[in-house]
Amino acid sequence: MEFFNDHKKLFTTAAAMFIGLTILVAIIPALKNDKINRPLPGAVPLSAEARAGKMIFMANGCVACHTQQVRNVDMDKMWGKRPSIAADYALIHRTDIWRNTATLMGTERTGPDLTDVGNRQGNKDWNLVHLFNPRSVVKESIMPAYPWLFEIKENPGKNDVVVNVPKEFMKGITGKVVASKKALELVAYLQSLKQVPLPDGTVPPEFLYKRTEKLAAGNGAAPGEPALDGAALYTANCQSCHQPNGEGLPGAFPPLKGSKVVLDDNPELYVNIIMNGYTGLESQGYGPMPNVGTMNNLKADEITAIMNHERSSWGNNARKLTVAEVQKLIDFAKTQPVASQK
Amino acid sequence: MKNWRQKIGLLLLPVALNFIPCSLSAHPTIAHNMELIGSILFYVLLFGGILVAALALLSKSAGLRHQHEDPIAPKEVLREQMHEMTSQELDSLLDLLKKGKKSSGSQGSFPGKSASALMLIVLSLLSVPALAQSTTQPSSLLGEAGIIITIFLLLIPVLGGLLIMILRLNRLKAQYRDKRHMAEAGALAKYLKGLPEDEAAQILAKRKEELDFKLSNQELSGTEQVKDSKGLIQNGQPAGLPFVTMKKRADKRPKVDPQLSKLVLWYLGCATFWLLFGTTIGEYLGIKFVAPDADHVSWLSFGRLRPVHTNAVFWGWASLAMIGLANYAVPIVSNVKLASYKMAWWTLGLINAAVILGSLSLMAGINNGGGEYREYIWPIMALFATGLVLTLINYLKTIARRTTKEIYVSNWYIVSSIIFTIVIALVAYLPFWQNGLGETIAQGYYMHQGVGMWFMLFTLGLVYYYLPQQLNKPIYSYSLGILAFWAQILFYTLIGSHHFVFSPIPWWLQTVAIVGSMGMAIPVIAGTTNFLMTFKGGWYKLGTSYTLPFFLVGTIFYFTGSLQGTAEAFRTTNLYWHFTDFTVAHSHLTMYGIITFFMWAGAYAIVPRLTGQEPKQALVGAHFWLALIGLMFYTVPLMYGSTIRGMMWMEAKPFIDTVSYMAQHWLWRAIGGSLMWISHVIFAYNMYKMYTPHKEVNVRQMAIVALAQETEINKEN
Repeated sequence: MEFFNDHKKLFTTAAAMFIGLTILVAIIPALKNDKINRPLPGAVPLSAEARAGKMIFMANGCVACHTQQVRNVDMDKMWGKRPSIAADYALIHRTDIWRNTATLMGTERTGPDLTDVGNRQGNKDWNLVHLFNPRSVVKESIMPAYPWLFEIKENPGKNDVVVNVPKEFMKGITGKVVASKKALELVAYLQSLKQVPLPDGTVPPEFLYKRTEKLAAGNGAAPGEPALDGAALYTANCQSCHQPNGEGLPGAFPPLKGSKVVLDDNPELYVNIIMNGYTGLESQGYGPMPNVGTMNNLKADEITAIMNHERSSWGNNARKLTVAEVQKLIDFAKTQPVASQK
Repeated sequence: MKNWRQKIGLLLLPVALNFIPCSLSAHPTIAHNMELIGSILFYVLLFGGILVAALALLSKSAGLRHQHEDPIAPKEVLREQMHEMTSQELDSLLDLLKKGKKSSGSQGSFPGKSASALMLIVLSLLSVPALAQSTTQPSSLLGEAGIIITIFLLLIPVLGGLLIMILRLNRLKAQYRDKRHMAEAGALAKYLKGLPEDEAAQILAKRKEELDFKLSNQELSGTEQVKDSKGLIQNGQPAGLPFVTMKKRADKRPKVDPQLSKLVLWYLGCATFWLLFGTTIGEYLGIKFVAPDADHVSWLSFGRLRPVHTNAVFWGWASLAMIGLANYAVPIVSNVKLASYKMAWWTLGLINAAVILGSLSLMAGINNGGGEYREYIWPIMALFATGLVLTLINYLKTIARRTTKEIYVSNWYIVSSIIFTIVIALVAYLPFWQNGLGETIAQGYYMHQGVGMWFMLFTLGLVYYYLPQQLNKPIYSYSLGILAFWAQILFYTLIGSHHFVFSPIPWWLQTVAIVGSMGMAIPVIAGTTNFLMTFKGGWYKLGTSYTLPFFLVGTIFYFTGSLQGTAEAFRTTNLYWHFTDFTVAHSHLTMYGIITFFMWAGAYAIVPRLTGQEPKQALVGAHFWLALIGLMFYTVPLMYGSTIRGMMWMEAKPFIDTVSYMAQHWLWRAIGGSLMWISHVIFAYNMYKMYTPHKEVNVRQMAIVALAQETEINKEN
């Protein structure tokens, strides 16, 4: 055929077809996206420190393993309160003349999603020691260690942030581990990653492919008794600080094993701490506890399961709590301020 | 015997009836329910099997009827029988005749016909429940696993009955045959007995003499000593037992232009270096999954090295190997010289510079901020793009000067691929549409077009030249190649966004990508068919060639790997596979299984022609098998583990549990990766062997030289 034997016609046609389709599926949708999406009213631009932290996040290729998108499927519920929407990314523009826009949505979830990590893991001390060596707080972690973001000082100054690294991770190091400016910036960035609530009255997109509840009625659980796996919930929500053995980390996170608060027959303070956070042990060198229950949107039955797990593990032995009892205390805690020294 | 057919017809009836309800009920819901499609496929296979069995039965019974109608042997046949006797049989017969003893045939019993007929009726009754069950089921339930299992269970007696019937028929046939043979034997004995004694003995003795005749084996050669006075016999060495199969050596070809030869060798040499470099990094990354504290050096940390690995094997290894092979193929199918060697050398320099600078900058922590394969910042990628523009100009000029009328399909693929890739790079790096999610939309497009339009399209073009060349026969169908070309452009361009299914990019765009991914079945099947049909009639060459196995593996992975991509794009499969290492396994099945295997095939095909040196065949074999087995060890555990991990995520298991679960599979990945890496070292050694002239001492030549020197000295004295 004449057309196939004319290289100009042939390659022009192929190129035109490709460019035409490209405009339809890439250029137009991208331009339209920019036109119709605005940042949410509640969205705050990154602070200078967090922005610097984002550059460190980018430079070290953290996006290779961490996504920043909550998909609109039920299994992604653990990463945010609602699915991500286009407006969540509307604040992000070109980094600088050399570097493209970094939405950092990612394509691999070898490590946890970070969309809402500022809410989920707000503890600065944990973040620092975790960066120095992730295995010091999460034994199974395969995340790289970032010791080059820290300095070793014999006599840290007043303004230095000293990191409480467990002994077995201090091999060959004499002195104190001090967070460098870069480490603090990176943590500031991580702590700034919070899902912005939708404006009042806006219905968030639905989570699709709902999980069929396996633990529905008829599995033998007595009424009022939570049929949830407290150990699994503990692993997901508490373990990274309080550790699998419930002993916490000396100088960073308090033990739950033998803890008065945990074993108390009246769990009022216990529930209050879970729902509102706690600063009561700062004098003993432990950092503040974030309001995990509220942040992670835990329901009364889930909190009960976690509490009962903690009250009956590692040698702890206290009476089982009921959901109704805990529900009452949760409702009460919502009216209370953050508990401090008692 | 007509009722045989009727009975089989009766047996087929339930089968046919089963077909109707499920095909009807499937129709309205086909688009919504993938499981239903699976179940339909299941039914089709099941009933297809029954149909085949029934047809086999039909032909069997027909054969039986034929046999039955055969008349009992006349005299000529008996004479023939006698003629077919062996020498020993004749001996014993002669003995018998001498002794004058009589032999007689025995009577066999005929098995009851009624039994088999009864069995058939019982069988057809057995299938009735199946018929009743499947037609009374509500049609919407046909996709349910429980229903499928139930129907399957009910079909077991039918299938079992059919099987028993086939066996029975076979036995009947055998019995009948035996009986006939016995009858024939009786007749033969009778006939022999009927002959006059002398005559019989004479005939038989004569026949025995004929049979006992033997050749001396020296009728043609005679008894003289063999002499090769014309020097016709070349291969005087005893072959011995080879440890590995001997493969055919590359055909001696007319000399290639030394300038082109040097150029192609440099491209492939640099590519080999980048393969070794890139996969050494990859291997180290695989080890880091198992030993995360292997080092604490910022330049070697996981997040920085990962893009170094991917970009080095993409732009360094595969791209340079592709362009190098094309520098040979594009001019040769146009029947002209390459338009400009200078431009080609520039491209080589620019791409090498891009990969060197890119790798260093990534390790130093300078990257483009996220997008996979888009990590090089634009000044570095601009070097690569300039190289592409030069290559495009060079190839277009070459094609414009061609002395063939048509443009061979290879050049369609190769040139279009370069044009598209320049467009892709522009879309990815121009800043005008990259705000917010625009970056993600551009990234989805770029990442997948980079893989499909640059690597895949270009490589397909190379295969359209190198595969027929190695098989020494034309491509099976030019039209299929053209169909695949346009279909690839139409569908592949659309599918980028399937990397962001369920993300906040527009839902319609995700759907378009999924539909496009399904459409990719067309070019993939067309291409695979074309390559496999080109192999047809040349399969015997596979065993004696050291390049063709690489082509075959590439073709197989082209089919499986590409269609796996289609399967991964569906929304349901995205639930458990997206974000897991399944994607990593898939990209290795494709970028390694397809592209890299084809590149190796091309390298082994072309380098011996350019240098006249061949690699050690055993080492090519070692390279091939280590790479293939390594790839399997790498991908299969990752795919399995990732599926389980995805399901654990769906069950909302604690995230860290899914990390610990993957540890075993990551270990397998590291093992497979190590095998692959060793194979690359062997490949590099093979390349080295093909590049450097063998400096073996030729005993005979050296002896002549020594003798000549001696006579020289003698003369002087």
